[in-house]
Amino acid sequence: MTISLTENAAKHVQNFLAKRGKGVGLRLGVRTSGCSGMAYKLEFADAVDSEDLKFVSNGVTVLVDQHSLPYIDGMELDYTREGLNEGFKFNNPNVKDACGCGESFKV
Amino acid sequence: MALLQIAEPGLSAAPHEHRLAVGIDLGTTNSLVATVRNGISTVLNDIEGCALLPSVVRYTADGSVQVGHAAQAVQSEDPQNTIVSVKRFMGRGLKDVGEVGNLPYRFVDAPGMLQLRTVSGAKSPVEVSAEILKVLRERAELSLGGELVGAVITVPAYFDDAQRQATKDAARLAGLNVLRLLNEPTAAAIAYGLDNAAEGVYAVFDLGGGTFDISILRLSKGVFEVLSTNGDSALGGDDFDHRIYCWMLENGGISALSAHDTRLLLTNARTAKEQLTEYPQAKITAILGGGDLVDLTLKREAFYDMTQNLVARTLQATRRALRDAKLKVEDIKGVVMVGGSTRMPQVQHAVGEFFGQAPLNNLDPDKVVALGAAIQANVLAGNRSADEWLLLDVIPLSLGIETMGGLVEKIIPRNSTIPNARAQEFTTYKDGQTAMSIHVVQGERELVSDCRSLAKFELRGIPPMVAGSARIRVTFQVDADGLLSVSAREMASGTEAGIVVKPSYGLSDEEITRMLQDSTRHARDDMVARALRELQTEAAQLLEAVGNALQEDGDALLDEVSQARIRSSMDALREVLERDDQQTIKRAVEALNSASTEFAQLRMDKSVKHALAGHKLSELED
Repeated sequence: MTISLTENAAKHVQNFLAKRGKGVGLRLGVRTSGCSGMAYKLEFADAVDSEDLKFVSNGVTVLVDQHSLPYIDGMELDYTREGLNEGFKFNNPNVKDACGCGESFKV
Repeated sequence: MALLQIAEPGLSAAPHEHRLAVGIDLGTTNSLVATVRNGISTVLNDIEGCALLPSVVRYTADGSVQVGHAAQAVQSEDPQNTIVSVKRFMGRGLKDVGEVGNLPYRFVDAPGMLQLRTVSGAKSPVEVSAEILKVLRERAELSLGGELVGAVITVPAYFDDAQRQATKDAARLAGLNVLRLLNEPTAAAIAYGLDNAAEGVYAVFDLGGGTFDISILRLSKGVFEVLSTNGDSALGGDDFDHRIYCWMLENGGISALSAHDTRLLLTNARTAKEQLTEYPQAKITAILGGGDLVDLTLKREAFYDMTQNLVARTLQATRRALRDAKLKVEDIKGVVMVGGSTRMPQVQHAVGEFFGQAPLNNLDPDKVVALGAAIQANVLAGNRSADEWLLLDVIPLSLGIETMGGLVEKIIPRNSTIPNARAQEFTTYKDGQTAMSIHVVQGERELVSDCRSLAKFELRGIPPMVAGSARIRVTFQVDADGLLSVSAREMASGTEAGIVVKPSYGLSDEEITRMLQDSTRHARDDMVARALRELQTEAAQLLEAVGNALQEDGDALLDEVSQARIRSSMDALREVLERDDQQTIKRAVEALNSASTEFAQLRMDKSVKHALAGHKLSELED
């Protein structure tokens, strides 16, 4: 069971958390919605829930609830720039099929 | 795949439903766009990495439009078609803009707002501003990877209703949904997080490229109120450049410059000014058109000396703003610095000394307004949880409409928070009435004559019906900027009419206070007045109904004596109708009622007979 962040992603998360001034780390997860089944959840985490699994990658704490883990196990989170746009990219080995933009997916 | 941003806990957006919102500082000299990404307010740069978009728009003969640096570069070659500082013309007529003679534009006087004649036709300031906003919108959509749900656009605190409306129109023309307009000093205060700070009075000192504004704001219960504004629309960083330029002419022994040399030296002056922020002295070297070399060194102290009176002018305006707000320097809890020119150490120092405290200056003064607007846009777009702050404003006086008899029906009571919308149904007063006049009023009193009239419009095309059976829904909507729109809709036919007004426009705090005090003082009088008006309306309606009935059935059902008796009761009522005497009117109404009871009975029988004629009893039994 792993969830990891690239060095670049970790650097950005740490910077965002520092500027936000609170939060214990990132919360990753999935929920059922969207045009192709599942959708990612990417949020700041202010507290650890009892259901959470905790991963630490490149110094960043990542919390994942137990129900979400099977869908995203082995995932690597990257931070990239595409033209003027920049943001986090999910490299999820579990994805079998995704909608055009990749915001929702099927396993 | 799409690039995701980190959301606040529990606020992840559904796929394809990201609530992308931006804050836009639509400035006189430069404009910016900012957004909140991963919880942080950030200014969005263009493809070259520039944050500032010069507020310059050029129209060309082939119909294309250049905006920003490209337009600025050819400003001196094509001055008539290159519009700079269009913000000064927003919502202004030709007579409002004083120094027209000095400007290179061909103005066209149009109703409401002037226009500028260019090679591709006459353009209104709204259209020109929309071009700037379009570029910023495109930049934002490229940067955020999707369509925007809306934008918060900043305006100077002193902008009046026409100027604010023009700004909104420009945004709409650029395809932007305006979440709200925000005062520039308020945006700056939000960028510094002052909305979460202790309640109190704050000063926002905004020295830009060509204008100076000082605003005094009071923060209470999360709401910023502008107490006073002052400034100088012809004082800014350009004046500091000009002082250095003059010093160069004197000390370099230069005279009679070409336009090109003037521009060159002004650019050098600006560079020197910026260097002096960091270094104790600046070297100025330039080769003029004629081959002459300019080689000078400007020391910080000399620069401070030559610009002393410019700094002093900002402080004079600041003093006036404090006086207008009836406050002393000691009452100011914090000072926010806005505008690139506040980077100059002598300005920082003078402001710090004047207020006896170090001003807030750790955010980029060019960006602080856009950053604050973005934070507000993020909240309005629903990306923060609802229990967090939201700038709330309240309606200072009730809003309502006039009903029969000159009475006021309140639709939105005072102290309701805005934005707000309320609807109420009204009906027709006369048989066959096809139009209704809607008179929008503001105030706490019961009679229209004691309230303030805001607007009037007519709803036409109501299908003719018996009095009281039409249903007309009147909707009042006050948006986040305090703009009121009133619409009336006849429910059966769907006919609609409406109007937009700004209720607080032109009312000072004292007037509002006076209107409120009047309403409590006259509460009892108002109650009596309302009862009287209601009785008078009712009596007039009775006269009308009896009159109509007499005309229709009088001769058929009544003898002359009975008719005369009813007529004399009607005359008696008419005579006392206008008197301020409830008892007398009431007695006359009762007299007419009893005089016409028999007649009413006869008419009733007649209409029943009429309804039953030609029907068999069996048909009516189910």
